[in-house]
Amino acid sequence: MGFIHMALLHLKNLTKYFGGLAAVKNVSFDLNEGSILGLIGPNGAGKTTVFNLITGHYVPDKGEIIFNGENIVKKPTHKIVELGIARTFQTIRLFKNLSVLENAMSGYHCRMKAGVFACMFKPAWQRLEEKKAIDIALKELQFVGLNIDLEQQAKNLSHGNQRLLEIARALTTSPKLLILDEPAGGMNDQETKKLVNLIKKIRDRGITVLLIEHDMNLVMDVCEHIVVLDNGEKIAEGTPDEVKSDPKVIEAYLGLDEE
Amino acid sequence: MNKKYVIGMICILFFSTPLFLNPYWVDVLNNIGIYAILALSLNFILGDTGLFHMGHAAFFAIGAYTTAILNTFYHIPIILLIPVSGIAAAIFAYIVARPIIHLRGDYLLIVTIGIVEIVRIALINNVFEITGGSNGIFGISRPNLFGLIIRKPIHFFYYIWIFLGISVILFYRLRHSRFGRALNFIKEDEIAAEGTGVNIVRYKLIAFVIGAFWAGMVGNIYASKMTIISPESFTFWESVVYFCIVILGGSGSIIGVIVGSFLLIGLPELFREFAQARLLIFGLAMIIMMIFRPQGIIPPEPRRYNIKSLIED
Repeated sequence: MGFIHMALLHLKNLTKYFGGLAAVKNVSFDLNEGSILGLIGPNGAGKTTVFNLITGHYVPDKGEIIFNGENIVKKPTHKIVELGIARTFQTIRLFKNLSVLENAMSGYHCRMKAGVFACMFKPAWQRLEEKKAIDIALKELQFVGLNIDLEQQAKNLSHGNQRLLEIARALTTSPKLLILDEPAGGMNDQETKKLVNLIKKIRDRGITVLLIEHDMNLVMDVCEHIVVLDNGEKIAEGTPDEVKSDPKVIEAYLGLDEE
Repeated sequence: MNKKYVIGMICILFFSTPLFLNPYWVDVLNNIGIYAILALSLNFILGDTGLFHMGHAAFFAIGAYTTAILNTFYHIPIILLIPVSGIAAAIFAYIVARPIIHLRGDYLLIVTIGIVEIVRIALINNVFEITGGSNGIFGISRPNLFGLIIRKPIHFFYYIWIFLGISVILFYRLRHSRFGRALNFIKEDEIAAEGTGVNIVRYKLIAFVIGAFWAGMVGNIYASKMTIISPESFTFWESVVYFCIVILGGSGSIIGVIVGSFLLIGLPELFREFAQARLLIFGLAMIIMMIFRPQGIIPPEPRRYNIKSLIED
């Protein structure tokens, strides 16, 4: 076996209990830079918990999360975003009453510097920074394919467009790793197809993608590597074809023949 | 441009009104101005950040007492005490807000009510033997602005309303920048805000500190206007009034808050004969507003960005 190779994200023996229930138990996997990894599993397998552990919403009871060579366990969420991990939410969480543009700009917040005094007295660099924020937001909105009225409130968008806006918001943080939590949820076939293209385009920009998805066609189509969770434990890992034919995976999804 | 012109005209007209009004009505306008600045500073916490804070009178009191004590004991000029009072209130706000900043909605509301009551009772009980108990502190001097002693209502009119004007400009700029947007993100969805890289604890604390800083400065103006202050001026009911001004005027809206101050402080003066029924009408108005226009009289305008000029660049 090779020596320690540097993965962008490295999970080691990640464990999280809720009361007596182990939501995630000794999960370890590596995510290589520039790849698309799918995290799948039946309902309640602990996928979203793994996401929330990586993004700092929960603190693991045991284990390590190494991102870009740095242990990010116990770091606050906003710090983790600054380090380069952006996410979208399973249930859409946009700033509903703010404009589409402002939603997209929000991701760039962590790259800006203006504090209270700069905002009050508006020196030239602050104006420039504001301009740049708008610029980047516009670029990402175009990238995800949202060619709509940018001054309307985010709550007026269609479901599919709201998902795209969430991705645009995540991209404006200029992440190294993008975590998508069921991005195809509630999308029709056509929108899903576009999404597959978009995810590939994001990867082609050099951004690593970690994906939770129920839509198996999408996962098999877009992911190069798949990790399967069941009851909080990793039961399989490999290429889509390997995973598809793994008896443990089939058992977890379809149940065991009782004979 | 046209809009700026109209606002400029209204300001000029308004600033010439005290020349035609008797001192009583000028003083009413002064009170409206003081409430407007207080409500603006609360609006920063309640309207922009969405934190249910009903203890704003506590910060106002800290500012007023800082001025009163330092002025009567050490004879420090009032004008110099403006920033000092602001800083004192801001430090107090930081200390009390830090442990409760994670509370949400009504829980925060209850704790902040506690703060204003604790401050009032501490003042009545003459803590450290410097607050003068329930008699308060008297003999506070007038502000001396480069040799001009501000004493008459008309002096105070310009003093207060120019201060309000500067506050409006600064709060407007804060609202239309990275900082104001971050506060709005927190108001809209805390988890999403944190998840897109906003340090929510920090921003909430700064909102509290800035709001308190301004309330403390208004405390200074109030103390020098009245020359006597007592705990009665800083009751829970005062906090409720600021809260109502913000909610009725339009939370998050600077113009709304100023209009709200005119309605809540000015109207009762116009209808003196109905003073008995004031609370009844007040409560009724509140109920009707909450049913038919919960966003307030003048809800905040969405921020506009000059997208076209950027695309053409």
